[in-house]
Amino acid sequence: MESSDIRNPDYFHKVVDCQYACPAHTPVPEYIRQIAAGRYADAYMVNWRSNLFPGILGRVCDRPCEPACRRGRVEEEPVAICRLKRVAADNKGDVLSMMPEPAAFNGKTIACVGAGPASLAVARDLALAGYKVVVFDGNAEAGGFVRQQIPKFRLPNEVIDEEVGYITRLGVEIRTNSYITSMRALLAEGFDAIFVGSGAPRGRELDAPGRWEAAANIHIGIDWLASVSFGHTKSVGKRVIVLGGGNTAMDCCRSARRLGGEDVKVIVRSGYEEMKASPWEKEDAIKEDIPIINMRVPKNVVHEDGKLVGMNFEIVRAVYDDKGRRSLVPTGEPDEFHAADDIIVAIGQENSFPWIEPDCGITFDRWGLPRLNPDTLQSTLPQVFFGGDAAFGPKNVIWAVAHGHQAAISIDKFCQGEDVTERPPLGITLVSQKMGIHEWSYDNAVSIDLRFKVPHAEKDVVLRDIYAEVELGFDREMAFKEAQRCLNCDVETVFAPKLCIECDACVDICPVDCLTFTTDAESEADLRLKLNAPARNLEQALYVATGLKTGNIMVKDEDVCLHCGMCAERCPTGAWDMQTFLLDQPQVVDLKQKKCQGAHSHGVPA
Amino acid sequence: MTYLPKPKLHHPELPKNDLGYTRRDYEGSISTLCAGCGHDSISAAIIHACYELALPPHRIAKLSGIGCSSKTPTYFLGASHGFNSVHGRMPSVLTGAAAANRDLIYLGVSGDGDSASIGLGQFAHAMRRGVNMTYIVENNGVYGLTKGQFSATADRGAKNKKGATNQDAPIDMISMAMLLGASFVGRSFSGDKTQLVPLIKAALAHKGPAFIDVISPCVTFNNHEGSTKSYDYVREHNEAVNFLDVILGRQEITVDYSPGSVEVVRQHDGSLIKLRKINSEYDVNDKIAAMEYVQKHQSKGEIVTGLLYVDSDSQDMHDHLGTSSTPLNAMDDAALVPGSAALAKLNASLR
Repeated sequence: MESSDIRNPDYFHKVVDCQYACPAHTPVPEYIRQIAAGRYADAYMVNWRSNLFPGILGRVCDRPCEPACRRGRVEEEPVAICRLKRVAADNKGDVLSMMPEPAAFNGKTIACVGAGPASLAVARDLALAGYKVVVFDGNAEAGGFVRQQIPKFRLPNEVIDEEVGYITRLGVEIRTNSYITSMRALLAEGFDAIFVGSGAPRGRELDAPGRWEAAANIHIGIDWLASVSFGHTKSVGKRVIVLGGGNTAMDCCRSARRLGGEDVKVIVRSGYEEMKASPWEKEDAIKEDIPIINMRVPKNVVHEDGKLVGMNFEIVRAVYDDKGRRSLVPTGEPDEFHAADDIIVAIGQENSFPWIEPDCGITFDRWGLPRLNPDTLQSTLPQVFFGGDAAFGPKNVIWAVAHGHQAAISIDKFCQGEDVTERPPLGITLVSQKMGIHEWSYDNAVSIDLRFKVPHAEKDVVLRDIYAEVELGFDREMAFKEAQRCLNCDVETVFAPKLCIECDACVDICPVDCLTFTTDAESEADLRLKLNAPARNLEQALYVATGLKTGNIMVKDEDVCLHCGMCAERCPTGAWDMQTFLLDQPQVVDLKQKKCQGAHSHGVPA
Repeated sequence: MTYLPKPKLHHPELPKNDLGYTRRDYEGSISTLCAGCGHDSISAAIIHACYELALPPHRIAKLSGIGCSSKTPTYFLGASHGFNSVHGRMPSVLTGAAAANRDLIYLGVSGDGDSASIGLGQFAHAMRRGVNMTYIVENNGVYGLTKGQFSATADRGAKNKKGATNQDAPIDMISMAMLLGASFVGRSFSGDKTQLVPLIKAALAHKGPAFIDVISPCVTFNNHEGSTKSYDYVREHNEAVNFLDVILGRQEITVDYSPGSVEVVRQHDGSLIKLRKINSEYDVNDKIAAMEYVQKHQSKGEIVTGLLYVDSDSQDMHDHLGTSSTPLNAMDDAALVPGSAALAKLNASLR
């Protein structure tokens, strides 16, 4: 076997599962330690640099980090990463003094279409580097999806206002009520580059007989949510059916409960487990007395002379073929009727670019998505870039932010006449955490607490007021305890084979048996069979080190390592060390600074 | 040493033995020995062995004397009986306990100072008497607690940390044990658990005095160039005669026999020791040949390891003395104190 290449930024990055899973690669353990230390403002700024919207994401992020969390592998539930992020935002105090100031105007002006998270990320990264950025949005307020579609009881307006404010203060101009109707006209305005972050603005239509006859009481989910959000819709019928199983459906049903809906139910084609909605959003809906009825395919809308009466559903079951593909097969039971005063259709979102003229040089694929270089996000028209839901179809806020960073780098390179496809390399820094005998600079005692639950406001209070936030957030004490559940996966076990005497002290002390010293093997598959404990998670690397005096190799299964540092604590020769891994992920403004400073090297201690 | 506790979380697929215990259930408190001490590896090997044999922790008594080695029973089998005795006196305390309650499994843990110096006489007589026990000497060749003077097992010519040479002849505990009547004798190395763990298992299953000499480098005072008990030296001079697997009575025996290379020894409790021979000439049942072999290789500076001698028809102290099969604590008062009439009768029988 070859030794693992720990100088490759990807190696240890992958070990920090949460950071690796996050599209924006936010250094999660880093800010969780700061929260535990009560350094909320610092934790906020770590997030702000990486994902721009700690307060917003701390409430509504899709949390790709949590299913990846190592804690979920060694215990039951992951660290409540998302809600800890909110703690940083709630307790940060004044962070304005920590915010960077934009560089002097560099003569380049950029247009962003849509004032959602993707455009705002582009705007911040470029504004800091000296670009003039103009953001156009058809609505009265900036924020895009998070402003219009996410209900206020999950995300209050003040949080959006504050975090959009940190971007506009950099000189970014946001032109609200300015719906762009023509790409050709926008191109003619002479911007140096254009970023399209206009989202996936069209709700999928319900294709069922009776839909248009009873149109007055059938609403498209995202449009209805926007109308609720801006205060145009203030009530709904007592009996409401929400169609769809995604997070938008959950937002619709919970909003309906607050606008007068008493008998609100969600009816979904698929099974409960396959629903696209996040598990916690489903739970929150159920807690508000909203039943979720699965395996029902909408058949026809029942109406009396255009007045909605209800809807018929065909009862189905899931059948899987030998390739694992699912089909929904009618069970043969009679159709089920559900009475309703209103139906809200939340069965998906689609991209729509009616304002981009077919002949302006931007080509689209057959699904109506722009043809892009997936790394640079550049379209077939070199000065136009896409990001967020507009780029690859509906995803989520954190993906939009990640796209924003990449698009900003591309736009900067484009405007400076550099090769857009040449991406800035990732760098890493590893710093030993040993402070002295038995002293490590991180809290390595592994808490055995189970995940703490975020307190919620009283149900009868929140159901009466659509503006009352349901989740109250962790208080500082709970946040500390939850933060202690973090295993500090960014504090890496780094092994120096030359120093090892193979005394087995590390093997004996390792609480999860992830270390093995063994004879060499032909392949990783062979090696996995020779380990002290089963290493069945093939997604996780084996850390292999050759060069031991005996000719043996050291193998560490990264899967369940607790990063407790006991191996390093018990090592008599310092062959093991605990070193903090920092991923250097350049943004536009860093690239500028580096250019001024000259080459910047990042060494990994041998 | 460390005071940082070992996290309680364990591998999600950590297996359980027949009693429903995981290996972690056989651990003790966190070790306060030097990081890298061979003794900690021996503790880990004892934990492995007891877990794999599915011994009920409350049926084990671990006894020790004084020294680094004798501290270790705190670091394994936290749920077992323990007795930390006077320096060198573990064998007699163990003998007394074994006489009173023959139902427990006795594990004596000692060091080269405790057994080869102050307790040499105790060691010798426990072997002679045939006490049913597993006696492990954690042998590092130095007095670690008093900062590294040579112990009685240090080889002549070995250098200490300061560079002084040992002039005294070493005590060879293996040969002594065989000579004195131990019915199971083995030697191993703390850095080789594949050999050590089954050796401890076989010893625990053995009836009669089972002695294991484990070379255990003192990482602080005896792990330098010139030492004959350092990790490097022992690895270079390790002359293993065999490796073994212990097969419990209830397990199916699927021995892959290739003639001359595998030998099966049946023990009293029905367990089988499957010996994978490195040296096909070596016969573990021949005491005289074993002693000769060990001595011959010792003179060449080689350390013979493995199961060196076993008497599969061994007897123990209770057999010699014809004692009651019931432990004293299970007898009622009438049996324990039969009264003056019974004493008078006994005396009369001896006149």
